[in-house]
Amino acid sequence: MPVPILTQAPYLIASVQAALTDADLIGLQNGLLDEARRRRCQGVIVDVTALDVMDSFSTRTLQSLAAMLRLRGVETVIAGIQPDVAMAMVRLGLTMPDVRTVLDLDEGLAYLQARQQGSTGRGQ
Amino acid sequence: MTTTAKVKGSTGRNGSSTVASPGTLKEDLVAHLRQGREELRGEWVRAMTASGNLWLDSLTAREQELESVEVYDTCVDCLDSGSYRGAEEFAARMARRAAVGAMSSERFLGGMLALRDVYGRGLLRRFAKEPDRLNDALGIFESVVNRILVIVAMAFNTERERVIRQQQEAIRELSTPVLQVRDRLLILPIIGLIDSDRARQLTGQLLDAIRRLRARVVVMDITGVAAVDSKVANHLIQTVDAAQLLGTTVILTGVSPATAQTIVTVGVDLSRMQTVGDLQGGIEAADRLLGYRVIAAEPGAEPVVPATVA
Repeated sequence: MPVPILTQAPYLIASVQAALTDADLIGLQNGLLDEARRRRCQGVIVDVTALDVMDSFSTRTLQSLAAMLRLRGVETVIAGIQPDVAMAMVRLGLTMPDVRTVLDLDEGLAYLQARQQGSTGRGQ
Repeated sequence: MTTTAKVKGSTGRNGSSTVASPGTLKEDLVAHLRQGREELRGEWVRAMTASGNLWLDSLTAREQELESVEVYDTCVDCLDSGSYRGAEEFAARMARRAAVGAMSSERFLGGMLALRDVYGRGLLRRFAKEPDRLNDALGIFESVVNRILVIVAMAFNTERERVIRQQQEAIRELSTPVLQVRDRLLILPIIGLIDSDRARQLTGQLLDAIRRLRARVVVMDITGVAAVDSKVANHLIQTVDAAQLLGTTVILTGVSPATAQTIVTVGVDLSRMQTVGDLQGGIEAADRLLGYRVIAAEPGAEPVVPATVA
């Protein structure tokens, strides 16, 4: 199932609704890069609240997606990793040290806004 | 003695209507026990008092009567109907009473054994002149009594196990409280030993609390952890990593000098973690991250936290 990409100017929100196949992930990566260029957005939030599995491929894809977007000056935030998913990821050694993760969509927006205003001291 | 085998083979069932059939003998037995209830019950109560059993001691005379009648009738009913539901329920009730300290298994079992003796002597008297039937009657009676005693013992056992499980659960819950000290700030004081089971459970509780209370910063205090080796340190790192995946910053506090020495000596890398000396320092650091400023209410008093601007 392809992931819908919503705009909440100046940010993009990709709301993952169901388990992702590898093709879906590549599609998401391409879609977000295209949209980010077209809409000149400043931040991307990938909401994974609905996901109950994160494997090594999706973790790596999300990390490289963040790295690619960063090259275009876009900040990426992963929102809504479930506690169980987080525990499983840590046990598998899948952490995302270079990507900002937040509790939920609200936090993601607050983080991006705070960043844009250049304020420091919020979160990391 | 030709009837013995037949009787033992079909103990407890309502059998055919031949003269020596277990059914009739059993009915005879039941009728005898029912008729002699007052006498045998009185005998039982006296036997209990004589042996110093305190089961009935704490009860009023009326309660004593009700309770002894109930025990007596429950046992006779089991014999009569072949169903042990009544005995199971009664034993479970007594076991629950024991769990709150109002009864002890010693008293209850002692009482049941005394009751068995009373029944047995009653049978002896009833069939004193018919040794063959006495033998058969004892066969029926003993299997029922044994079964009831097993039920009683099992009920106490089950109840005890339930209480132990409950207490273990309580200890597990208590051992890792996650406390909210301010909006979006949690503290997790860890006390005692950390093994992988406890670490997993602790991480789960922390992550649930983070989600529920929308925490942004967690101060994890390990002052109460006696020994930190590389295994424990790795558990802590995993907990911190998992919390970070939920977008929460973890500050580790209370690393004792001895712990610090071990960690560095065994070469565990805690550099990814934010560490502060003690819990107070950790909370102050968290306040700074969250943009709080703690100031004294009285003008001129010393501020608790030096006025740091977020």
